[in-house]
Amino acid sequence: MSLRLYVPGDAAAVAVGADEVAAALDAAAAVRNVALDIVRNGSRGVFELETLVEVETAAGRIGYGPIDPGEAPALLDAALLDGGTHPKRIGRPEDLPFLARQTRLTFARCGITDPLSIGDYRRHGGLTGLERAVALGPSAIVEAVTSSGLRGRGGAGFPTGIKLRTVAEAVAPQKYVVCNADEGDSGTFADRMIMEGDPFLLIEGMAIAGLAVGATRGFIYVRSEYPHAIAALERAIPTARAAGLLGRRVGGSERAFDVEVRVGAGAYVCGEETALLESLEGRRGQVRAKPPLPAHQGLFGQPTVINNVLSLAAIPFILAEGADAYCDYGMGRSRGTMPIQLAGNIRNGGLFETAFGVTLGELVEDIGGGARSGRPVKAVQVGGPLGAYFPPTLFDTPFDYEAFAARDGLIGHGGVVVFDDTVDLARQARFAMEFCAIESCGKCTPCRIGSVRGAEVLDRIISGEAVEANIALVEDLCHTLRLGSLCALGGFTPFPVLSALKHFPEDFGAYKMNAAE
Amino acid sequence: MSFVAKIGAIVTFSAWDATRAAAIIEAEAHRDGALLPVLHALSRAFGHVPDEAVPIVASTLNITRAEVHGVLTFYHDFHREPPLPHMLKLCRAEACQARGGEALAAWAQTRLAGCDTVALEAVYCLGLCASGPAALLDGRPVARLDPARLDRLLAEKAR
Ligand SMILES: Cc1cc2nc3c(=O)[nH]c(=O)nc-3n(C[C@H](O)[C@H](O)[C@H](O)COP(=O)(O)O)c2cc1C
Ligand code: SF4
Ligand code: FES
Repeated sequence: MSLRLYVPGDAAAVAVGADEVAAALDAAAAVRNVALDIVRNGSRGVFELETLVEVETAAGRIGYGPIDPGEAPALLDAALLDGGTHPKRIGRPEDLPFLARQTRLTFARCGITDPLSIGDYRRHGGLTGLERAVALGPSAIVEAVTSSGLRGRGGAGFPTGIKLRTVAEAVAPQKYVVCNADEGDSGTFADRMIMEGDPFLLIEGMAIAGLAVGATRGFIYVRSEYPHAIAALERAIPTARAAGLLGRRVGGSERAFDVEVRVGAGAYVCGEETALLESLEGRRGQVRAKPPLPAHQGLFGQPTVINNVLSLAAIPFILAEGADAYCDYGMGRSRGTMPIQLAGNIRNGGLFETAFGVTLGELVEDIGGGARSGRPVKAVQVGGPLGAYFPPTLFDTPFDYEAFAARDGLIGHGGVVVFDDTVDLARQARFAMEFCAIESCGKCTPCRIGSVRGAEVLDRIISGEAVEANIALVEDLCHTLRLGSLCALGGFTPFPVLSALKHFPEDFGAYKMNAAE
Repeated sequence: MSFVAKIGAIVTFSAWDATRAAAIIEAEAHRDGALLPVLHALSRAFGHVPDEAVPIVASTLNITRAEVHGVLTFYHDFHREPPLPHMLKLCRAEACQARGGEALAAWAQTRLAGCDTVALEAVYCLGLCASGPAALLDGRPVARLDPARLDRLLAEKAR
């Protein structure tokens, strides 16, 4: 019998040496003449512990981490003693407080199964959602997603069921399901983890969406910065076809559905849904005016469901367990769970899926353990580059679309980026303007030109030049950006800029003097 | 991991070859919205998309040269000049900034100034935001970077 080890193939593990760890374990096993079965699982999402090696033992899986390649021989000796002692032994991973406190509905399998084994997928509950969907039929699928309360996880929080209904009701020769896997927000990696760690889940979600609306073709638009996710999908799709999850008779139904992976080319704005469609059609990623909505005239002018990876990946659970099982979690109009991503200068960074309603303070301090540097946390940017910077005084804000909006913030795709007290918010505000300038699609003047001007004016503020007048200019520019932008790249850049000004005036020279007067 | 292997093999780009380019374009042309897949395929083969490629792409896909040019210049990934043998794409986004990314970027800029084997480019997030600073080195993700670790990685490339 061979010894089964798990060494994550997730890009975040590979980036800190997981491939080398796997190779070193293999070499050590050869020397000891033992047969190894190394599974390249997804990541559990506890990144401080990567490379997290797990050993299958009589008492379940035992983890060791973080493991460097040099530690492989000693680790193998411990592993051979049925999960024996080793300085880096962490016990059963699921008992780690960081994992034990989560409610993993979407991430139930990630880090546990072999991502490319359809057998593993099925044994761990996969495909039951599709089976239910086939039995229920299109209108009941739409009804289930609608009553689950699922809202788009890509940022805008639009009800997913309504999108499905609109496309289902449209009459057209061809309909499409497009998965937005552009995941451009800094501080986010949940889409990537699903694509690498549980790709069949996304494919199943897309297939169910296809059945619901009568679409036969799907595209997954993945950013080029994610080579491992692209590779995992390219390998999972043929397996999914062979298993009947895709193909002429999806899930044993009379309906066809298939998907194709398309790779982006390094443009943040292509995460915006209409720019993404332009890009898929082979054009510059420029934002389209709405209407028409993609649900009416989307890809190649046809009715199109376009959703984020996490929205689509939530659908199999909703079908398998029922809309209520999902809807029972959450608060207010934010139903279900959110895979929150703890990033930046944080001690326990990683993927934390939990019901809506957890406060920002719980996430950053209790779960995240505060700043990794050991210094006080000064600011937290939630929701990517277009999200606001919040100070610790706003840590009582619950993770909820409306609660963040009420405080001039947004939860976006669920990224939480922590900064310690060495951060200068004037520089962060400047970066927000610079990022907008770099990534602008160029259609609107305020976004294309105003952002460049904004960065220049903030430079002047930083160097102490006519600070008060220049701050007024920045506020003016933000006003123009907000009103004169076609999409949220220009329209939301004021969130990080104005929140920095409002909550951290001490970083903007004269503002400090003003506040003191 | 086939795609990783392909984009990781930056050192083995071929010299421009119009016949081979035409075959590469032809192989992707059947796709709906084929232009991005075509430009990616050319980039994988030649490391860039030279001006000579534009008319071939345009005529094969039955679009104007201006359209091809417009797309080629819009996306950060496409290059019109031959690349250096190695590419370091260093993340400059917020979560990496919060973990010392800007100091590392300044160091990398100094270290690679005038370097004719490793090109330095900025990228904005690689999805490695709890393990930053992060980068793609010849298409391979690397994280928990500091000057010493980056130096070691670059030294491996120089060998
Ligand atoms: C500049 C910009 C970038 C965006 N980037 C992404 C992205 O990377 N991924 C994503 O799912 N949505 C992104 N969005 C939101 C999409 O436009 C759209 O709302 C989303 O794909 C809808 O899917 P959902 O309803 O499942 O969230 C972005 C929007 C803007 C304005
Ligand atoms: S706001 Fe900026 S990115 Fe959005 S459509 Fe206008 S120019 Fe393009
Ligand atoms: S911000 Fe650098 S990897 Fe995400």
